[in-house]
Amino acid sequence: MNNHPQRPSNQSEDRQNLLLLLKETQRRYGYLSKQLMCELAESLGISTSEVYGVATFYSFLSTQPKGRNIIRVCKGLPCCLKDYHLIVSSIEDVIDISPGETTLDGRFSFELVNCIGACDSAPAMLVNNDLHAGLTPRKISQILKEYE
Amino acid sequence: MPEQRVVLKNCGIIDPTQIATYLASDGFEALKKARNITPEQVIQEVKDSGLRGRGGAGFPCGLKWELARNALGDDKYVICNADEGEIGTFKDRFILANDPFTLIEGIAIAGYAIGARSGYIYLRAEYHYLYDLLVKSVNKVREAGFLDGFSITICEGAGAYVCGEESALMDSIEGKRGEVRYRPPFPPTRGLWGEPTVINNVETLMNIPRILLNGADWFSGIGTERSKGTKVFSVSGDVSKPGVYEMVLGSKLTELVEGLAAAKKVKAVQVGGATGRIIPYHMMDTELSFETVLGAGAITVYNDSRDMLDIVHKTLQFLAEESCGKCSPCREGTEVMVEILGRFTRGEGSARDIAAMERLSQAMMLSALCGLGQAAPNPVLDSLQYFRGEYERRFRGK
Repeated sequence: MNNHPQRPSNQSEDRQNLLLLLKETQRRYGYLSKQLMCELAESLGISTSEVYGVATFYSFLSTQPKGRNIIRVCKGLPCCLKDYHLIVSSIEDVIDISPGETTLDGRFSFELVNCIGACDSAPAMLVNNDLHAGLTPRKISQILKEYE
Repeated sequence: MPEQRVVLKNCGIIDPTQIATYLASDGFEALKKARNITPEQVIQEVKDSGLRGRGGAGFPCGLKWELARNALGDDKYVICNADEGEIGTFKDRFILANDPFTLIEGIAIAGYAIGARSGYIYLRAEYHYLYDLLVKSVNKVREAGFLDGFSITICEGAGAYVCGEESALMDSIEGKRGEVRYRPPFPPTRGLWGEPTVINNVETLMNIPRILLNGADWFSGIGTERSKGTKVFSVSGDVSKPGVYEMVLGSKLTELVEGLAAAKKVKAVQVGGATGRIIPYHMMDTELSFETVLGAGAITVYNDSRDMLDIVHKTLQFLAEESCGKCSPCREGTEVMVEILGRFTRGEGSARDIAAMERLSQAMMLSALCGLGQAAPNPVLDSLQYFRGEYERRFRGK
């Protein structure tokens, strides 16, 4: 499947660290492949389905390959009221993909997410862990330039 | 009633990166005072203050602490719920960014009161940009010698609205899917790792140092009969001045929305986010308190150009996506609501659909496992009560 350089080195960790380990694994390998989830299950002595269950429950974990940078545009009601759809179109124009997709060069993944708690300066988005709020369509290309 | 800064007292005043500025503002005086009296006396003070939980449910804080103090367990835990996921809520983000020290002091006092050696701050993944500030703040407090053997760990979520629900939150800290637990037992008797646990909202804990320092009488002198103190509101939507406002409990909705936030041509206000209540304009004199409407203090304002059906449809779509899926009334109920509301937005509704939604609402309120499913029908029922015409206009054939 995937040629990962090494197994995640967490053999001694126990079940209670599963979420932490999944986040760590994703940080290292970009996403949670079948192989990584199977290895994690084996090392923790739990079933693969349990690992898969946790991996697919949280929206910040992914079992599919993702871009190097993840754009998360807030689709919460306060952002809707402030024309977030114009931000979505602007991003679509700049990176040429729709929500749910990843650019061919692997630079960006683009997602619509539920409220990110920046309603006082809507519309807003997260790029990786950075908050960008008070967005206008014209600001988008400038912001995205910062992410390689 | 006026604005009053109790919770936000230090926001904008101290430098959250400099503990010295906090110390100059009575920092840790409340913790010292607490440690000079017995844990039981601390709990009595909190009980006397009348402080109720600020996360939405409004459970009496002192009582929760007392239950955990009296529960048998090898270890006890304090958890600060900073998983602020409700639509339109951002007050905790503001508090964490501006005054992490008061929160840490509040957690330490709670730990002393219930006899816990460890505390957690469960921070939502969307607020990762606050993670470093919190870790550094905890370290500074520890280095300054105020934690006294008590440990505070910052634990991050991974993107799930339902983890703001206390039992789902504990499962998430335990590394599991954030699914809601059956209750009883409640967290004060069996919580994190099966041990007695107190879970308090960020804002609840922010009140603790103020209460200890100024006394229960001072605190209970603010607010209404059953809603003591102030509330921090997150105001957004169709307003000129969105932001965080702190008002005495019992203030009128109009004072906040049309007064402070300068909203014009208001059609309705959603108080408490997705699972909150919809208040039509003619009821803007409604008081904000536990007796009336409050939730976690999310105030989303809609002007007269907005379509109520669209708002309710989007709200239910959100709840359907974020349902943890454990109990069928919520998992299936929210989906059915979305489907029916979708029919209305396309102009294909019927009187039978309304009756079906009303029946389904009753079932969900009675049988869902947690607040998400029990309160999910709120926007549907409120809009049917106050904006029924907007539904009837969309009957098929009209």
